[in-house]
Amino acid sequence: MIRFENVHKRYPGGRDALAGVTFSLERGELAFLTGPSGAGKSTVLRLIALIERPTRGTVLVNDQNTARIPRRRIPGFRQRLGVVFQDHKLLYDRSVFDNVALPLVIAGAGRREIEKRVRAALDQVGLLGREASPPITLSTGEQQRVGIARALAPRPDVLIADEPTGNLDPALSAEIMQLFARFNEVGVTLLIATHDLELIEHMPHRRLRLVAGRIESDGAGAH
Amino acid sequence: MRRYLDLHRQNLVDAVRRLGRQPVATLLTVLVIAIAIALPAGLRVLVNNLASLSGGWQSAADFTVYFKRDVPTERARALSREVAARADVAGVQFIDRAAALEEFRTRSGFGAALDALEGNPLPDTLVVRPASGAAGDVEGVAAALRKLPETDLVQLDTQWVARLRAMLALARRIVDLATALLAIAVAIVVGNTIRLEIQSRSAEIEITKLVGGTDGFIRRPFLYLGVCYGLAGAVLAWALIFGTLAALGPPVRALASLYDSRFALAGLSLRETGVLLAAGAALGWAGAILATARHLRAVEPR
Repeated sequence: MIRFENVHKRYPGGRDALAGVTFSLERGELAFLTGPSGAGKSTVLRLIALIERPTRGTVLVNDQNTARIPRRRIPGFRQRLGVVFQDHKLLYDRSVFDNVALPLVIAGAGRREIEKRVRAALDQVGLLGREASPPITLSTGEQQRVGIARALAPRPDVLIADEPTGNLDPALSAEIMQLFARFNEVGVTLLIATHDLELIEHMPHRRLRLVAGRIESDGAGAH
Repeated sequence: MRRYLDLHRQNLVDAVRRLGRQPVATLLTVLVIAIAIALPAGLRVLVNNLASLSGGWQSAADFTVYFKRDVPTERARALSREVAARADVAGVQFIDRAAALEEFRTRSGFGAALDALEGNPLPDTLVVRPASGAAGDVEGVAAALRKLPETDLVQLDTQWVARLRAMLALARRIVDLATALLAIAVAIVVGNTIRLEIQSRSAEIEITKLVGGTDGFIRRPFLYLGVCYGLAGAVLAWALIFGTLAALGPPVRALASLYDSRFALAGLSLRETGVLLAAGAALGWAGAILATARHLRAVEPR
C-alpha cells in the first residue's frame, strides 16, 4: 500500500531529513512510526501526502509512483488519503459539521450523502450531537477527534497521522490510539507517527523506528 | 448538476456574508470601485446629452440667401418661388425686408435707433431647406443660388455644426480612453482586495489543499467575492449617476426654458444600465482571476 525505496530527502540548507529509508506497509496494516523528534517522522508522512517530493528514491502509494503525479493531479491523490495533523488544522470560522464535510464537498458528494457520512464519522469518534458547535468551543481532544472524523469521512484506504496525540493527556491519547486500532480492524491501512512509546507500549502493532533519517528497527510490538 | 449549482449558491452566499462582516472596509472598497465606474459612465451620459441637444439642430443644414438691396421685393418673391420649385429644394421661407424690419424693431428693442436710419437697412432674405437624401446636395443648391445676379450673399450654417460634431467625436474618444483606463483601475482595485483576502485566508486555503481541494474549488469563492465587489460598485455607480442627474435636472430645465427649449437630461437607459452592471461584474471577476492566478499558488501546505 505504501512503499519507500531508498528515499532521501534533503531540505534547502543542506539538512538531510531522510538518508535512505526503505520500508513497505501492506494493505490493512497498522504501523507506528517512532523515533526522537527530528528523526524524520514528519518528513516520511509529508512525502506520502505529497507535501514534499523526495530528493532521491521512490515513494509508492497505492501502487502509484508519487514522482509521476503532476501538480494538477495532487488534489485527486489527496482525496483518497486521510491525513490527521498534530495541530488539527480545523477551520475555526465553520461548524464541526462543515469541517468534517469539507473533503466530501470537495469530492462533489450530494447533500444527503454528506450528511450521512459526516454523522457516521462523528459517531465513530464519539462526537455525534456536536455538529453545530464551532470547533473553538471544543476541548483539544475533541478538536483532534474532529480532525480524525474529517480524515475518515471520505472513507480513505490509507490514513496517516502525524503525532495525533501530541497535545493530549495520557487518557485521551490512549482513547485516540484505541480509535485508530478499531479503524484498522475494519480494514483501514494506517501509519501513525508518534514519539510517545509509553502510549503504544501495550499495542501489538508493528513499529518502525526512525533515527537520524534511517530506519533503525522494524518489528512487532509487545505481546 | 444540482450539487454543482448548490456549491455555487453556497459560494455566493458566503461571499455576500463576508462582505457584510466588515461593512466599513467593504463600503470603502466598493465606493472606490463605484467612483471609477461612475466617472466614465457619467461622462458618457453627458456626451450623449450634448449629442442629442445638437441633434435637435438638424435644420442647421438650412442656409440663407440675402438678396441685393436694390432688387425689388416682387422680383425677390418671384425668384423664391422659382427656387422652391427646384427638385433639390425641400422648401423655402421668404422673409420680405419690410416684415423683417418690423420684427426686428419689436423684438430687439432698438426701435428708436432704427427710426434714426434712412430707409430699411435689411435685404429680402430667403431661407432654403435643401431636400434630404440623394437629391439634397447642399453645396450644389448653394452654388446655383450664388450665381444669380440678384444674390448678394449665400450663408451656409453647416460649418459650426460640423465643428460641434467633431468636438463631440473627440469628447467621445476621450471618454473611451478614460473608460479603458478606469476599467483597468477597477480590475486592479478588486485584484488587490482579493490578494489581501487570500493572505488573510491562507490557513483556510492551506487546509483545503491538504484535504484535496482542487485549484478550481479553492479559487471559486474568491471569484464570487470579486464579482460581488464589481457588481456592488456598479450598483453604487448607477446610484451616483442617478443622483447627479436628479440634482442637475431642475437647473438644466430652467436654463433650457430660457432658450425656448424643452430639453431635459436623459439618464441611463435600461440597456445602458444592464451594460453598466455587467461591466462591473465582469471587471470584478477579471480582477479576481488576476489575483488568484498570481497568489493562490503561493499558498502551499507546509
